[in-house]
Amino acid sequence: MFLGVAALSFEASLILYLAAMLFGLLELLKKSKPVMVLMLLAAGAGFLFHTGSIFYRYFVAGHLPITNPHEATSFFAWCVVLIFFVLEYRYKIGLLGSFIMPIAFALMVSSALLPQEVKPLSPILRSNWLGIHTVFAFLANASFALAAGVGVMYLVQEHYVKTKRLGDLFQRLPSLQSLDDINYRLITLGFPLFTLAMITGMLWADTAWGSYWRWDPRETWSLITWFIFAIILHARLLRGWRGRKAALLSILGFLTIIIAFAGIKLLQKGQHVFL
Amino acid sequence: MRVLVVGLNHKSADVEVREKLAFNGDKLEEGLRRLKALPEVKEAVIISTCNRVEMYASVDDPARAAESITAFLSDFHGLETEPLKRSLYFREDKDAIRHIFRVASSLDSMVVGEPQILGQVKGAFAFGLERKSTGVVLNKLLKKAISVAKRVRTETKIAENAVSISFAAVELAKKIFTDLSGKSVMLLGAGEMAELAAMHLKSSGVKEILVANRTYERGVELAEHFGGRPVRFESFKEEMVHSDIILCSTGAPTYVIKRDDAHRIMKERKQRPMFMIDISVPRNLDPAINGLENVYLYDVDDLQGVVDANMGERKKEAEKAEEIVSEELESFERWASSLDSIPAIISLRDKAEHIKNQELQKLMNKLDLDEKEQKAVEYMASAIVNKLIHPPTAALKDEMEDRDLLIATIRKLYDLNGD
Repeated sequence: MFLGVAALSFEASLILYLAAMLFGLLELLKKSKPVMVLMLLAAGAGFLFHTGSIFYRYFVAGHLPITNPHEATSFFAWCVVLIFFVLEYRYKIGLLGSFIMPIAFALMVSSALLPQEVKPLSPILRSNWLGIHTVFAFLANASFALAAGVGVMYLVQEHYVKTKRLGDLFQRLPSLQSLDDINYRLITLGFPLFTLAMITGMLWADTAWGSYWRWDPRETWSLITWFIFAIILHARLLRGWRGRKAALLSILGFLTIIIAFAGIKLLQKGQHVFL
Repeated sequence: MRVLVVGLNHKSADVEVREKLAFNGDKLEEGLRRLKALPEVKEAVIISTCNRVEMYASVDDPARAAESITAFLSDFHGLETEPLKRSLYFREDKDAIRHIFRVASSLDSMVVGEPQILGQVKGAFAFGLERKSTGVVLNKLLKKAISVAKRVRTETKIAENAVSISFAAVELAKKIFTDLSGKSVMLLGAGEMAELAAMHLKSSGVKEILVANRTYERGVELAEHFGGRPVRFESFKEEMVHSDIILCSTGAPTYVIKRDDAHRIMKERKQRPMFMIDISVPRNLDPAINGLENVYLYDVDDLQGVVDANMGERKKEAEKAEEIVSEELESFERWASSLDSIPAIISLRDKAEHIKNQELQKLMNKLDLDEKEQKAVEYMASAIVNKLIHPPTAALKDEMEDRDLLIATIRKLYDLNGD
């Protein structure tokens, strides 16, 4: 019964995110305050239903519902929307939703298409590490997802400034510097979280399987992702790779995450069977 | 209710005429007092800016009032009436109302959409209120004009986007850097537009302005003018490492900064973004610089392009604004015409009240009634009177097309014309 409720709220949030995405795209075409308010309302209502569905699943399973591909992707989307609202509240960035809600919606659609059945958790995964490790990992990934979204905004805006086409969208997008700053902040938020996720993952692997690192595909891809973001930060501080380069790299970093996510799920190998 | 405007603006009169007719400083107080004192003028407001001098008045007879205001102007400013008349425009009623709506909304300004005019209209209204030169009509009219202007401001983009090259440069700077307060500007060479842009940047709060000029002394002078720091022209490239905005108008025959210079400087400043504005003709900054990362180079044509596009945008928005003005004009007219029936309603009431009191008095003298009975009789008289005059009063208040005819009819039927 609870799972039925969870599935219903999941569907409601899926539809509301779709609406938010469409309002966001409409907002790109034409400035309109009501459309922006509708976008935020739809995203907010979607987020509430989404939170409800995660809460129900938590209630049923007794642990964070991130143990099958459906739940994991859905939780990923939830983190993205959460950080979106934090950013929106903190910076009041025009048009952010137009670039972020498509990401959230795409994640929700993939989540809906993935197998939903709840399998009993294997004893190895039944540990406090599950919550700690995965929450770090997902918040980090969500920060990187937003950094990529903001990176796209930067590229669009830079294109306008460079080609001197200063139309309506140029007027409404934030300044290059604020987009670059927010991109940098998201990466400096995501990177330590990602590092923590790797450390806790290693500790967990050690207690579960007796070894810190076993080069399973998930671990390898995580390492690649970690290096990409380490390079972004390093190059920015030392070589001044800001602006365009930072934006491109953060999009590349996010693509790596998606490949890791999708590829490993398709292969279904290694110990990270669920994620 | 009749409204009249007598005025002149940048279209109807040259600046020599406008400055002679301006009501500056003490002249405004004296002028408004004398304008209000004219027998043909019931209420008055004077708007006097560098682009217009206008007198708004509520009057009974616009033609006579126009004559008398013209005479007053010529007397007050010591000008001959006939040449003065050629610079003036006179608008009545609906045209006058539309005019003030357009003025306040900045549709009648030299630069359409410029924001100062609304403040000037508000100031003129406040001055009139303070000096008690306004009344029901002008109060309502000016309040409405101000609210129309606000509606235009919020519902159209008429005041958005810079329409001068120097402002366009500042607006662009704000789209590259979030906040100009920590930024450093370098002025290369001196030119009117570059100086103007530097002035705007300074008022947007940039941290410092460096001035490099070929003649060092002139550079020192300019730097003093901006509260900036003079730099030797030979060493400006070293200083550029710390400058975020470069304003160039050197008038040199070749490029003063080449692509390679800019490339090296960008490396040295660790790619922190740089905005370069080249106002010189021929260009003094290598156009290839725009191809470098994190550098944004705009020359005078680019900026002019931005300004033209913005001007076009404003024109489109001005059309929307005209529609808003027409809409508001209609609703204001409905209110204004409802005022016409007020004197008739008041006379009707007064007449009815007067008859009632007279008849009551007669009756009371004849009969000897106690207090309670008196009250009852008075009550009945009032009720009859009120019920009888209610339908015509309501009809007068109604919005209808042939209200004038109705007013005339009711005045005739009740013989109200005597008062």
